[in-house]
Amino acid sequence: MTMSAAAPVTTSDLRDPFAIPGALTPPGATPIVRLLGIEKYFGSNHVLRGCTLEVYPRETICLIGRSGSGKSTLLRCANFLEEPTVGTVEIGGIQIEADPLHSRNRAYKEQIRQIRLQAQMVFQEFNLFPHMRVIDNLIEAPVRVKGVPRDQAIATAEKYLAKVGLSEKRDEYPSRLSGGQKQRVAIARSLTMEPKVLLFDEPTSALDPTLVGEVLHVMSELAHEGSTMIVVTHEMAFAKEAADRVYFIEEGTFVEAGPADQLIENPRDPRTRKFLSRLLLDVI
Amino acid sequence: MTGAAGQPAFIGGQAGPRTKSEAIIEAVRQARARARLRFRLIFAVTWIIIIGALALAIGQSGKIDPKFLSEWGPYILGGVGTTIFVAVVSIIWAVGFAILGALGRLSTIAPIYAIASLYVSIVRGTPLIIQIIFVYLALPQFGIVLDPLLCGLFALAFNYGAYMTEIFRAGIQALPRGQVEAAQALAMPQGLIMRRVVLPQAIRIVIPAIGNEFIAMIKDSALVSYVTIQEVFYRANTTGTRFFRSFETLLVAALIYWGLTIIFSFFQERLETRLAKSDVRI
Repeated sequence: MTMSAAAPVTTSDLRDPFAIPGALTPPGATPIVRLLGIEKYFGSNHVLRGCTLEVYPRETICLIGRSGSGKSTLLRCANFLEEPTVGTVEIGGIQIEADPLHSRNRAYKEQIRQIRLQAQMVFQEFNLFPHMRVIDNLIEAPVRVKGVPRDQAIATAEKYLAKVGLSEKRDEYPSRLSGGQKQRVAIARSLTMEPKVLLFDEPTSALDPTLVGEVLHVMSELAHEGSTMIVVTHEMAFAKEAADRVYFIEEGTFVEAGPADQLIENPRDPRTRKFLSRLLLDVI
Repeated sequence: MTGAAGQPAFIGGQAGPRTKSEAIIEAVRQARARARLRFRLIFAVTWIIIIGALALAIGQSGKIDPKFLSEWGPYILGGVGTTIFVAVVSIIWAVGFAILGALGRLSTIAPIYAIASLYVSIVRGTPLIIQIIFVYLALPQFGIVLDPLLCGLFALAFNYGAYMTEIFRAGIQALPRGQVEAAQALAMPQGLIMRRVVLPQAIRIVIPAIGNEFIAMIKDSALVSYVTIQEVFYRANTTGTRFFRSFETLLVAALIYWGLTIIFSFFQERLETRLAKSDVRI
């Protein structure tokens, strides 16, 4: 698993030893997301040291670890908000081998855009567009990027807005919403792109504690309805309830991974145990 | 006052201070309000005294010919429309130059960055008056003869665009990184991100600064008188020289500019408070 960077293998041959088709996945299924041998340097700082993660359709994966462990960076590498230094990303059948030297190439950029169409991200800071009403936030990309006719995009947007329980906020500006409502709108905005996988980057970390519940509720609903999700989170209760597999990452490598119950209740690795006991102490 | 101090609050329901600390807070509030009022009063009185004294001295000096002013004052005042027209059109064009300049200055493509930087450097490194007259008198030597009004508008806009380039660049950079990332994550291409996400927000951020530039532009628009545009200063200056009465005409022109800046500053402040209260908060 911890493959040396010097080994002359193509990362696209790597496999995730922890990935098994989930209970929801028929046998013989192929992964919909593959992050293979992802490495990332910020300057000389080796943040990711070869992470391989495969996700099957309808699975929910949680990435846990302390801040600075690389979990958010890994997620951001999945849709190329960070360009991996080494590694292969494959989402919904579109495969890109990281190539930091040739990132200016037009075709390469187009491939990244195709990946992003398949993998929508929900951010810690929501990042709604403050100058657009909620409904315009939701239809902006479907209309202008995917070319969906406007009235059809509005219908889709309204459907997802209802799903996150915010139909009545349709014509508000984001500044009029609470943090929890903003994040639910952000989730709806991601859903309107009808992606193959949803990436959540600590979606509740910027929220007032009383508002966390409403967002987690929407997320676990999505998980149980069969959305494919990768969630970076500190919410262990959510992970236990919704995740098929949990990966514990430390210093840029996966230390341990397994079914949520097992990893959280019965971690095998002492480092995982230490992290979880600290996290529980913090919560209390 | 002291009798109320020991009593529990909210008994009796009468207005006014009930406890000692409430009384102190109330007294401090009133003292501050009085001080503010006094300050404003002194401010107004000082202005009135100085302006009154100046007006009196000017009136007493016998240099003002009321008949001349009533004859030519309206003519000078008639330039206000042109002055405002020049300032408004130029500032709008300048915003266009500034957006292009800012995009250039933020570009990672070397020649584009170089061209934008050259533009800013040349324009900021040379006098506005030279730029205006250059367009008017030097370009014709190359066969480029523009309408004087167009010369003035273009030169002013080109000049202000360079200064505002830096304002727009700062406005674009003031946007939280997450905005661009969110747009990228939605698979929006670069141009669309600029047009739909970055610029609309950046323009809102720089509107107060554009207001300041506009007020400065009203005064600098006087320079287009050198290309024979008949705005306020042109009319004041030509009339004054012709009748050897520059004191009156320039005084009138100065008062007009001063009045215009006061009026537009008032509107600008209103716009700023309205933006601050708006639902669209960046």
